[in-house]
Amino acid sequence: MISLIVNGTTHQVDVDPATPLLYVLRDTLGMHGAKYGCGLGQCGACTVMLDKQAVFSCLTPVAVLEGRQIKTIEGLGTIEHPGPLQQAFIDEQAAQCGYCIAGMIMRAQALLERTSSPTEAQIRAQMQPNLCRCGTHIRILAAIRLAADTMRQAAIPGRVQEVSR
Amino acid sequence: MNALSRRGLLGTGGALVVAFSTRPVFAQAEHAPTKLPGSLSVQPHLSGWVQVAPDGAVTVFTGKAELGQGIRTALIQIAAEQLYLAPGVISLVTADTGRTADEGYTAGSHSMQDSGTAIMHAAAQVRAILLQEAASRLGVDAGALSTTNGRVQAADGRSLGYGELVGSLSPDQVASQTIALKDPATYTVMGKKMPRVDIPGKVTGAAAYVQDMRLPGMVHARAVRPPRYGATLAKLDSSKIETMPGVIKIVRDGSYLAVIAEGEWQAITAMRALQDAAVWTGGQPMPDQAKIFETIQSLPVQDSVILDRKAEMAPAVHTLKARYLRPYGMHGSIGPSCAVAQLQDGVMTVWTHTQGVYPDRAALAELLQMPPQAIRCIHTEGSGCYGHNGADDAAADAALLAQALPGRPVRVQWMREQENTWEPFTPAIVAEVQASLSADGTIVDWQYGVWSNTHNMRPGNGGRLMPSWARANPLKPSPPMPIPQPEGGGDRNGIPLYDLPTAHVVSHFVPDMPLRVSAMRGLGAYTNVFAIESFMDELAAAAGIDPVVFRLKHLTDARARDVVQRAAQEFGWDKAASLPAGHGRGFAFARYKNLGAYAAVALEVAVEHETGRVRVVRAQCAVDSGQAVSVDGIRNQIQGGLVQSSSWTLYEAVTYDATGITSRDWSSYPILRFPAAPDSVEVHVINRPGMPFLGTGEATQGPTSAAIANAVMDAAKVRIRELPLSQERVKAAIGV
Ligand code: FES
Ligand code: FES
Repeated sequence: MISLIVNGTTHQVDVDPATPLLYVLRDTLGMHGAKYGCGLGQCGACTVMLDKQAVFSCLTPVAVLEGRQIKTIEGLGTIEHPGPLQQAFIDEQAAQCGYCIAGMIMRAQALLERTSSPTEAQIRAQMQPNLCRCGTHIRILAAIRLAADTMRQAAIPGRVQEVSR
Repeated sequence: MNALSRRGLLGTGGALVVAFSTRPVFAQAEHAPTKLPGSLSVQPHLSGWVQVAPDGAVTVFTGKAELGQGIRTALIQIAAEQLYLAPGVISLVTADTGRTADEGYTAGSHSMQDSGTAIMHAAAQVRAILLQEAASRLGVDAGALSTTNGRVQAADGRSLGYGELVGSLSPDQVASQTIALKDPATYTVMGKKMPRVDIPGKVTGAAAYVQDMRLPGMVHARAVRPPRYGATLAKLDSSKIETMPGVIKIVRDGSYLAVIAEGEWQAITAMRALQDAAVWTGGQPMPDQAKIFETIQSLPVQDSVILDRKAEMAPAVHTLKARYLRPYGMHGSIGPSCAVAQLQDGVMTVWTHTQGVYPDRAALAELLQMPPQAIRCIHTEGSGCYGHNGADDAAADAALLAQALPGRPVRVQWMREQENTWEPFTPAIVAEVQASLSADGTIVDWQYGVWSNTHNMRPGNGGRLMPSWARANPLKPSPPMPIPQPEGGGDRNGIPLYDLPTAHVVSHFVPDMPLRVSAMRGLGAYTNVFAIESFMDELAAAAGIDPVVFRLKHLTDARARDVVQRAAQEFGWDKAASLPAGHGRGFAFARYKNLGAYAAVALEVAVEHETGRVRVVRAQCAVDSGQAVSVDGIRNQIQGGLVQSSSWTLYEAVTYDATGITSRDWSSYPILRFPAAPDSVEVHVINRPGMPFLGTGEATQGPTSAAIANAVMDAAKVRIRELPLSQERVKAAIGV
């Protein structure tokens, strides 16, 4: 049994410790946000946050995750109450097929939690590992800029504190 | 009072006739009364498109599939408009052999013409029938009734809901020839902004794709593919793998090899072990990549002259000649192909992201040796689809394995390297062109030839499903066929839309396929437009005329001129002389298939002199897709198309050697990443209310490529005629 903390909830999972987090999230825990794209750390479709970093869940065996904070797209908001980045992606209509989007949002979330006013170059550098084949890049960048603005201006004290560290 | 009642709907013995004004509403339907509009011709029953339940719930059916292009939202908008409903109350059922019309493939930018047109007419007719019923029940003239939000209202305040009127809708009611459409001037939903219905779920992690399906009792499978086309399985000791954790079954049929396991990671682990254990032999010889264009041009061809015009022209003073090349390219969806299948009580259900549920079903019937009626294919969204990728083959894998494990749903997803090595590529193409100019810079002669394989190896039969090839009793793919003009395949857009009174265009169809190929976004249009629009710039330069002016000089089609002028004006073409050092501007135009959307692209690139690296800095596009339904949807498609085409144009080529396909992952097949994304791509939609839908999805694939090549010429004074315009190729051309 391995205990995993996902979006603040602890789960006991009975899997081979070598199993990459991606498959445990999707198959064992039923969370489908993170996607399989390459299994090679080349596309970012599987991106989740581990502590404060964006990581490739396809390459991260669960054996090393005991006691660490895993955050997935499901932890940022719901369809009824989307989080600021999710809302920004809706506002900018930043998806075509959308397959890459959960990974995009998680990588952007890691940046915005670290840097409340990222420059364009910082955003692009941060997003470099994630691929989008539909060519939604322009809208994804716009959504990240919009979310940075709303997160900065947000009156929600917890979030302001978090992003301005 | 609404537009329809103002115009006066005249009921004559059950047939609905509407008094028309002279606006250009779907003139096609009026002039050709024998054929019903759009896909109503394949499914004339109104109930095949629109159903109203007694509780007023409205369901709309389409045989087309959501491929990431946003068609779901646009079709709901159309139905809502014609039914006078809020879009939110409509449910839409997409391609499903158990429920929807056979609309063939979702391809070729046809969905709006075929399905959009059918739904528009069906919805309008259903609403007209409901209105008639309300009129007779309320004892008033239909013209005196109005409709809002699914209720028909009389002037005195009495009203009836659609649900109360459904008795008038017989499931056998056939669409009528005459049409009663809303006046486009009164549209409140079509052409207006409507957020896409699928985005909120997709950004919050809801299960949205076939990849996310988790049916009760579902198991996971992986196929083990040969290292190259035609290799056979010589030896395999799988005894140790059979007892690996979670493994349920190893399936082997000739050289077809797969494993089914309880968990997905267990399936992958067992697949890797099988890969290590398998010994393969033989296989088709691979072509020499360095000589591929010569190879293509030396293979046997079937020639057809697709244009032959002759006129008295001014004497030629200048003749130019050029050859343009495009290597094999891949679809490269971010999510590898996937399907789920279950054989239960003699019925095989397949959830698939195929582009054609009916053709796929027919091919699967042959593969599985089951009657088609015993197979149900349900389109379930996958990762973005840009043509014939591994979707149908993954469906075949899932169905074969479900047949081997009856009762349990079997999910198969391809691995990245399987997608990259086994998907059907877009063919390598050669285009040769020669043209002459008169003294005043008019094109007086145009000779063009294009060499290409087929662009359609979709599952016409079971043998076109790749998993069928390795089995002990393999099926043979039906032979490749050219797609005839006017749409064309390799020769799509091979005929320029310009005024060329003397012109000769030959399509050299090459049946032998050195690599597996099929349809990809734009088909031959991408390369033909690259060639034609690059060459137009070369001719303009030879004539000493500005490239935009040169195009307009040869363009009389008014809608074509509109997009050209609009893109140039929005870009500031006249003022672009003052670009920074190392920057250049490029222009290109095409009307997709010469039948679909008009698109013009003006863009600016930056060329890094030392490295040869090219980046698109900004782009302005003008597009005319006819009646616009979802303006933002069109923008999204055009922006995405431009960025994707930039990636094809700057980076992409499938690589191969004697061992097989070598571009197996994203490091060996690089595509555009964020640092190279343009700063801005603006799209100007020229809406044509009341005009036929022209489709959008493929319109900028071609123009983008030539606009980039033309901009590179402007920036670095090098004319590159071989795709991609990779860093190495540009650097070599600059000669640094
Ligand atoms: S799936 Fe993890 S990086 Fe591609
Ligand atoms: S939206 Fe389709 S891959 Fe990004």
